[in-house]
Amino acid sequence: MKKAIALVLVACMAASMFAGCGMVSSLLPGGAGDKATDNPAAGATATPAGTETSAGTQTDNPASTGTIKVGILGPHTGEYAVYGLAVKNGATLYIDKVNAEGGINGKQIEIVAYDNKGDSAEAVTAFTKMVDEGITALIGDVLTGNTIAVVGEAYPIGLPMITASATAAAVTYNADTGTVYSNVFRTCFIDPFQGEKMAQYAADVLGAKSAAVICETGNDYSEGLADAFREKCAALGVNVVASEGYSKGDVDFKSQLTNIAAAAPDVVFCPNYYEDDGLIVTQAREIGLAVPFLGGDGWAGVKDYASAEDLEGCLYCSAYAPGSSDAVKAFEADYTAKYGADSLNMFAATSYDAAMVLVAALKKAEETGEQPGSEAYMQAVIAGIASEGPSVAGVTSAAGYTFDAYNNPMKDAVIMTVTGGEEVFKQMY
Amino acid sequence: MSLLETIFRQILNGLQSGSIYALVALGYSMVYGIITLLNFAHGDIIMVGAYLAWLAMARLALNPIFAVLVAVLGCTILGMAIEKVAYKPLRGSPRISLLITAIGVSYFLENAAQMIFGASSQSIPAIIKLRAITLGGVQIPGTALVTLLTAGASMAVLTILVNHTRMGRAMRAVSEDTGAAQLMGVNISTTISFTFALGSALAGIGSVLYSCAYPQANPTMGAMLGLKAFVAAVLGGIGSLPGAMVGGFAIGLAEAFVSAVGLSAWKDGVVFAILIVVLLVRPTGLLGKPMHEKV
Amino acid sequence: MKTKRNRIPTLLGYAINLALFAAFLILGDGLIQSGAISKYYSKVVMLIGINVILAVSLNVATGYLGQLPLGHAGFMAVGAYASAIFMTRTALPASPAFPIGILIGGAVAAAFGIIIGIPALRLRGDYLAIITLGFGEIIRVVLLNIDDVLGFTLTNGAAGLQNIPKATTFLNTFVCVGLTCFLIHTMMKSRHGRAILALRDNEIAADSCGINATYYKTLGFTASAFFAGVAGALYAGYIGILNPGGFGFMKSIEILVMVVLGGMGSMVGSVLSATVLTAVPELLRAFAGYRMIVYALLLIVVMIFKPSGLMGTYDFSLSRLLGKLFYGSSRKKQGKAGDAR
Repeated sequence: MKKAIALVLVACMAASMFAGCGMVSSLLPGGAGDKATDNPAAGATATPAGTETSAGTQTDNPASTGTIKVGILGPHTGEYAVYGLAVKNGATLYIDKVNAEGGINGKQIEIVAYDNKGDSAEAVTAFTKMVDEGITALIGDVLTGNTIAVVGEAYPIGLPMITASATAAAVTYNADTGTVYSNVFRTCFIDPFQGEKMAQYAADVLGAKSAAVICETGNDYSEGLADAFREKCAALGVNVVASEGYSKGDVDFKSQLTNIAAAAPDVVFCPNYYEDDGLIVTQAREIGLAVPFLGGDGWAGVKDYASAEDLEGCLYCSAYAPGSSDAVKAFEADYTAKYGADSLNMFAATSYDAAMVLVAALKKAEETGEQPGSEAYMQAVIAGIASEGPSVAGVTSAAGYTFDAYNNPMKDAVIMTVTGGEEVFKQMY
Repeated sequence: MSLLETIFRQILNGLQSGSIYALVALGYSMVYGIITLLNFAHGDIIMVGAYLAWLAMARLALNPIFAVLVAVLGCTILGMAIEKVAYKPLRGSPRISLLITAIGVSYFLENAAQMIFGASSQSIPAIIKLRAITLGGVQIPGTALVTLLTAGASMAVLTILVNHTRMGRAMRAVSEDTGAAQLMGVNISTTISFTFALGSALAGIGSVLYSCAYPQANPTMGAMLGLKAFVAAVLGGIGSLPGAMVGGFAIGLAEAFVSAVGLSAWKDGVVFAILIVVLLVRPTGLLGKPMHEKV
Repeated sequence: MKTKRNRIPTLLGYAINLALFAAFLILGDGLIQSGAISKYYSKVVMLIGINVILAVSLNVATGYLGQLPLGHAGFMAVGAYASAIFMTRTALPASPAFPIGILIGGAVAAAFGIIIGIPALRLRGDYLAIITLGFGEIIRVVLLNIDDVLGFTLTNGAAGLQNIPKATTFLNTFVCVGLTCFLIHTMMKSRHGRAILALRDNEIAADSCGINATYYKTLGFTASAFFAGVAGALYAGYIGILNPGGFGFMKSIEILVMVVLGGMGSMVGSVLSATVLTAVPELLRAFAGYRMIVYALLLIVVMIFKPSGLMGTYDFSLSRLLGKLFYGSSRKKQGKAGDAR
């Protein structure tokens, strides 16, 4: 009897949870409630008509002589869903636009989107499933570790990939063997670039003579930026007076900040994600450390996580300056109309650009007359990304995407500042 | 800043986080004392409390005082509900089954919160606004002061409750010998429920203090906090209330010290190393009573 | 329970099992080589194999030894890193190097099993659970930070160990699965296995019968760690990049769910539930978001209604089934579980 009651209660708990999910997600637009509209697992080699895709939602195009399949891979659920959904939405937004205008060479682009939950093993199986389904190119993966795992699968088969968010140098370049992964491109910065930019900015514009660093140890993004910052500071003659670390999940930074305060630096470089940044800045002000904090693009969105007065005067560099030009404003309006503003972040913009670069390359590849998904076609896409990229005026790089020898984009950084509780564009640097 | 002042500040940092650990450790210790269950979900109750505070303040725009009440009451009810649904049907089952259930509950709460509120942190508006005060030339942050005072008051109330009331006596009797207590007319179910309620209420207070000091709610925040509080409870001697308090402050101070000397990356490792050393050298903890194996 | 004459001879039983297993390997490999099974499905099948080894190895500590270690992912991590470090540095070609790598992974994990087991196994129940959890976390922290202490690159910290040769195939995964199941099976049927079971059922009684508790507990624990290390080595060769973040508490819980659901003390239960819990989320990708919630509820519900797990301690035996078929039995047939492998 008691067990029966217990079962009913457990069922209620579960039911209320699922109901609650719907209820609260209406309070929180996007984010958690935004269930990924992933492809349900359809038969691997079934006809494209059987799969539910964005192309399927378009009106039938009689001129269509087939479709071009493009994969989108990333964490759509779980801890890193914010980034994965932004990438998925950004790319989908542009591809849907192209499809609505008639596609490429009369062919619709069919999106195959899978969730990897932020797990490398899942990323590899999901990617392999996409390859089985005949994708021509991939936008993704999102997290650096997952992306490197996927590159290991994609490089041997020469499948073109553009990542909008994986910032580690190792994504496109294998330092052990000295090989550049010719099929992998990205539309975001690499880690060292941002650290160097901010060190330069601190020395030249802010006139800092000394700096301190606090970063998350065990996070390659955070450590990568911090290392580059320290190296550049040494080259510029800025004295790094304190270097502190913390581990993932920490919320109390006062001990580290007390050490930093004791060293009295001119600026503090804090290359972490906005949630931690908010806590760090708040606690720094609490213990009386009043100097400006500098950060990398992980800061975007920090305004909701600390008070306006605490954040006043903090600076970070980013690839994306919200509302800075008409093209950016148009992108933002389209995005918000379709997905809400919740996941509209830098990765949505870089992913939109990734889709632009990819579509330009697909157009080029179509000229070869090869069959989408074939080896020659993929080669043509890879060549197309490099050749067409410079003429693509993206949302985060109006000057186009010119890739260097390591397939990294060469573009300027945007310096953002927080003032009056808003993150505003300060200058290009 | 002089070296002495830095040291004083670091001690203050340690005491602030230590008092939160101590409050959580008390809940662990009480539940363990009474039904020898390691309530894995205890840390997650704090997470729910933080989300309740966030919902009350950020979404419903309630007064902070109501938000505190909502969080503490919500935690108390949740704690009792978990006991009724998940632990009560298992009374008399092997300990390993209870433990696995507790892990299941903890996992459920974390993932449910993640589905409902999303994986990223929610920012909790300031519950108390207090200027830092200066004492003998040293600045003491307002939140640190409030945290220390509230934690101290809660512990004092708890001590009186356990030592000088009828229910407290029943609790002590049940944890001493369940069978004998039952024969003496103690209602076991009520006593266990009350213990869970009390422990969860303390977790609720802990969640409010936590939200003041670190104003963010996130689905996995309870996991590490719960584990460290458990370490504190074991360090002090599980089942012993003064032990839990001592253990909490000791862990807080140890963490602050490790970070202060620049080894913050090893902080979690050090906490668990302390646990391992304590368990091996003095399994009953600093203030625990020795236990004997019964055949 | 069963009398001897109802059984076919042991050797014949082993021979039949071996033949069936070999047929399964050849068939599976043939299907993959010929492309009849797509690359995606072969990847999923390899993951199933790795998870089966993990579940079966944890079952030794949880089901047979009656303890609840919460740091199983830590042993997997140690095995994965040890094997990966060997594989990235060795000059040998992949095919002879990988078996050595797997053995190194297992051996290093087993060494950690001994180091952790001897102190941890002095404690019981909850304390053991929490101390193994602590060790698991320490392993993760050490993998993350060890390079700073050593001053040279060993684990490559947070960036992860990259460019590990992808040597894991269907064939070597399932040879390992078969060997794991066979070795654990024979160990549990031996005197050592019976001693371990006796310790689970009543430690004081077993102790007074002269069973060396520390020795046998450590033995069981070490065996469990060894096979977790083997699974880790296979995982390293499967994925090609290792990152300490993937081996946290969550991974340990995932393995525990497999064991608990299948039945603590049932090898076939572990095999089946590892297979189902790996395959179902792959097949139902749309459902994947609810997976963790379902795991949590499964743990609670199974513990409340069937604390021994779905299969209990029942173990399927082909020999027993054949024995019944050949010699007849008045009892009803039980072998409905199908061939475990």
